[in-house]
Formats: sequence, structure tokens, C-alpha cells
Amino acid sequence: MNSRPEDGVANDVFIELRGVKKRFGAQEVLRGVDLRLRHGETLCVIGPSGEGKTVMMKHVIGLIKPDEGDIFVAGMHVNGLKEREMAPIRQKVSMLFQGAALFDNLTVEENVAFPLLERGVRDKAEVRRRVREALQAVDLDEHRHKHPTSLSGGMRKRTGIARAIIDHSECILYDEPNSGLDPIGSDIIDQMILRMQKRFGVTSIIVTHDMRSIFKIADRVAMLYRGELRFLGTPAQLRETDDEVVQNFINGRSDVTC
Amino acid sequence: MRFPTDLLAFIGRISLHFLSYLGQLAALAKELLIALRSGVWRLRLVAQQIVAIGYGSQGVVIVTGAFTGAVFTFQTYAKFKDFGVETTVGAVVSVALCRELGPVLAGLMVAGRVGAAMAADIGTMKVTEQVDALRVMGVHPVDYLVLPRFLAMMISMPFLVAESISFGLGASFAVSSVGYQMPTAWYLTHMVDHTNMEDLSIGMIKGFVFGMLITLISCHQGLSAENGAVGVGSGTTRAVVISSLVLLVVNFFLSILLNYVFPIGNA
Repeated sequence: MNSRPEDGVANDVFIELRGVKKRFGAQEVLRGVDLRLRHGETLCVIGPSGEGKTVMMKHVIGLIKPDEGDIFVAGMHVNGLKEREMAPIRQKVSMLFQGAALFDNLTVEENVAFPLLERGVRDKAEVRRRVREALQAVDLDEHRHKHPTSLSGGMRKRTGIARAIIDHSECILYDEPNSGLDPIGSDIIDQMILRMQKRFGVTSIIVTHDMRSIFKIADRVAMLYRGELRFLGTPAQLRETDDEVVQNFINGRSDVTC
Repeated sequence: MRFPTDLLAFIGRISLHFLSYLGQLAALAKELLIALRSGVWRLRLVAQQIVAIGYGSQGVVIVTGAFTGAVFTFQTYAKFKDFGVETTVGAVVSVALCRELGPVLAGLMVAGRVGAAMAADIGTMKVTEQVDALRVMGVHPVDYLVLPRFLAMMISMPFLVAESISFGLGASFAVSSVGYQMPTAWYLTHMVDHTNMEDLSIGMIKGFVFGMLITLISCHQGLSAENGAVGVGSGTTRAVVISSLVLLVVNFFLSILLNYVFPIGNA
């Protein structure tokens, strides 16, 4: 595990990607991505489907190893670690998957309690209290005894969010948290992300296609296009950019991939 | 000239594929050993798996063992009678069930029933990102998914083999005494005289080994699943086919080895 000064990672930087390249067979998904995220910052990642947004996020938490480049999280060199050495990073970072990835054999309550129990919290009253708190935050408390198979897509996603926030991680990665949600449900999620940011100073990366959310919650926006970062800046800079590809994408004009 | 080069390339590809597969199984076995040594065994999950693997497989193993014992007796009795040695049927059936038929048939049934379930369960978790979710929460998939199944299999298999043998012998006894009116004492005396602890030990040892192989092969197929439902389906099929074939091949070599350790006919 490398320390921050040796690697030249600035003290206020929580996540850093340096020249990250990834190829799956003939397809080059990431072609050298450089990115720095400060503590407590919220970064929204946009871009056409299949351009490597989720792949980039999975690199941060060590689910995918880069072919080239380096990834640092909280000063630790992620791609230098073996699977069983990832625990310190995964205690600091949690993730909401695109399909929520809930365990089908467990109830909503058991799914949300899972990270606490696996991290050794044995006080049942404490676990119950924190599960209720997390479920109330996503308005799902009354469904806690149901199994994931009997929930709607939006409810599954909200359960996934409750599971991601329950152990107060320093950083949460959200893979399309608003997809499949109605406007009210989407707003509930946005408010919750903002609350996590303000109350606990959580660092967040949010892969999303929801432009309204971006302007509500993002400190910065990154656009991945053809395996490279096409744009990186504030939401205000995103609005004003004269890059035609970026403008076409945020305004939903179909010639973005031409 | 193309034919020999193409053939060599084909053999090379198959050999590399086979070696790569063996390497992946060895890597999984290594992770399983690390998980075993960690001491975190999640006994609640082990108990759940014992119910699914051991308790749930009893019906199929009992029916297979019983009808194999019955038909084996039915066929051998008629032939043995021609040679005037029909009283030895009990001994032959008993030794065959303990050494070969009991463990092999129980193993094949478990490979079909449990191996398929393991590959399908874990494969579905893999393609729906549940395995990645475990990793993100700092839980190694081998610790949580493979180890409990492995321990449950180790505990269940000897009992399943014993059940297969017992019900096979029971059915054989019923066919001899009820079907052929063979005196009970003849059957039992020959059976007891010619079956010893070594024969039973061979059955149990084979049960252990088959259980390990089925778990390793099936869990590997589950953890390697890709491409959604189609990938889970083909992984499940491969788990059953590979487990069954490996079990039969390993049984041959294990029989040679165990016959050397526990020679047959020393009763």
C-alpha cells in the first residue's frame, strides 16, 4: 500500500485516476483517463451509453483492474492490491449498482443490515436502529419485511441506496441512481445525496443521464466520450461550453455519436 | 500440408484451454483453503446448505440406491443360480454397493441435483452483480458462497453414500428373500462375512472426494458465468456434465489406489 506523499497525491484529494486505460477484447473502453476528486466533492459523470462510465467507477473500488495507469483512493494504490487486501478501501467506499444487486434470498431489512453485520456490528438494537434510519431516509420502512423480488424497480434501487449509506462510508459511488424512477422518486434520491454530502461530507461519484439532477447536486461534471474525458468542469461551465459534442449530448440532440 | 498443421493447432488450443481450466480450478481451491484457514465459517449458512444439499438430496439418493440394489440382485441371482452359487448374491451385491455403486450413483445424483443448483445460484448472483456487491462490502465471494457449500457437502456426502448403500442392501435383501425365497440366513451370513470396514471406508472416502470435486467444479462454473441467463444456463449444464465425467474418471483411478490400500477379498 503506497502512502500519499510518495505517490504525490495532494492531501485534499480522495480519489485520483492517472492515465487509466482499459480494453475488453478489441474494444478500447478507457483510453487514458485522468481525474482528481477532492474530499466531500460530488462529481456527476455523463456520456453516451457504453462509453465506459460504469467501467471507470468499478475501477475506483477495485472491481476491475486497469490495463495501464494508476488509481488512488484515500491515499491507497488500488490497482496494487489483491482482492483480500481491498478491505480498507471497501470500508471507506460503498456503491449503488445499476440494478441494485440486492440479495434475493434476504428481506429488504436483511439486505440493508448486511454491511453492518459483515463489518462486525453485533449489537442487535444498534443494527435495528440504523436499518430503520436508512430505510426511513429512502421512504421504505413499511416494506422492510418484503423480499426484493416483490419490490418495484424504483423500490429496489432505493433499497440499494439504503444499503450503500448505512455504514456511513466516506465515499459513495452511484451507478444511475435515478434511472427507472418517477420525477418525485428521483427528487427524493437527489435530496438524499445532497443530505449525505452536507451532513457527513460524503465524496460522491454519480453516473447519470438525468440532466436535472446534475444541475441540482453536482459540484463538477465529467463527460466520458470515446474512452476519454471530453469535458470536466462545473455545471455552470457545462451549460456555457461551446463544445458541440457536449452541447448535443446535454440537449439530447442525436448527432452526438456521429 | 494444411491438415497436420491445422490438427496440431487444434490440439494445441484444446490443451491450452484444458490447462487454463485446471489453473482456474487450482486458484479456486487455493482461495478455498485460505477461507478454511481464516476460521470465519458462517455456521448459519453451512446449516442452510446442509438442509439444501444433504436433507434435500435424500429422496433421490435413496430411490437410486434401492432400485440399483434390487435390479443388481435380480440380474445376478439368475446367472449365479446356473453355477449353483446363488447364496453368494448378498456378498457380491454388498461389496459392489459399498465399493462402487453406492458412492458413484450417490455422487452422480448429487452432481445432477446439487451441482446444478450451485452453478445456477452462484451464476445468477454473478450476472446480476450480487457477487460484485459482496466484494464491494468487503466480503470475499469464496468465503461467503463457496466455503459454506463445501463444508455442507463434506458433512452430507458420507451420510448420503451410507443411505444409498443401506437402501440398496435393503432392496437387494427384499428381492432375494421375497422374490426368490432365498433363506434369510444364507443371504445375511454371506453378506456379513464378505463385507468389512475396508469396503465401507472406500465408499466413504469416495463420497468425500466426489463431494469436493462437485463443489469445486460447480462453484467455479457459477463464479465464471457471463452473458446473462444464457450464460447461467450453459454454466449449469457444464457443471453437471463436467462433474459427472470427472467423477467417473476419478473413480477409476481412486478404485485402483484404494484397492491397493484396502485390497479386496481379504475378509
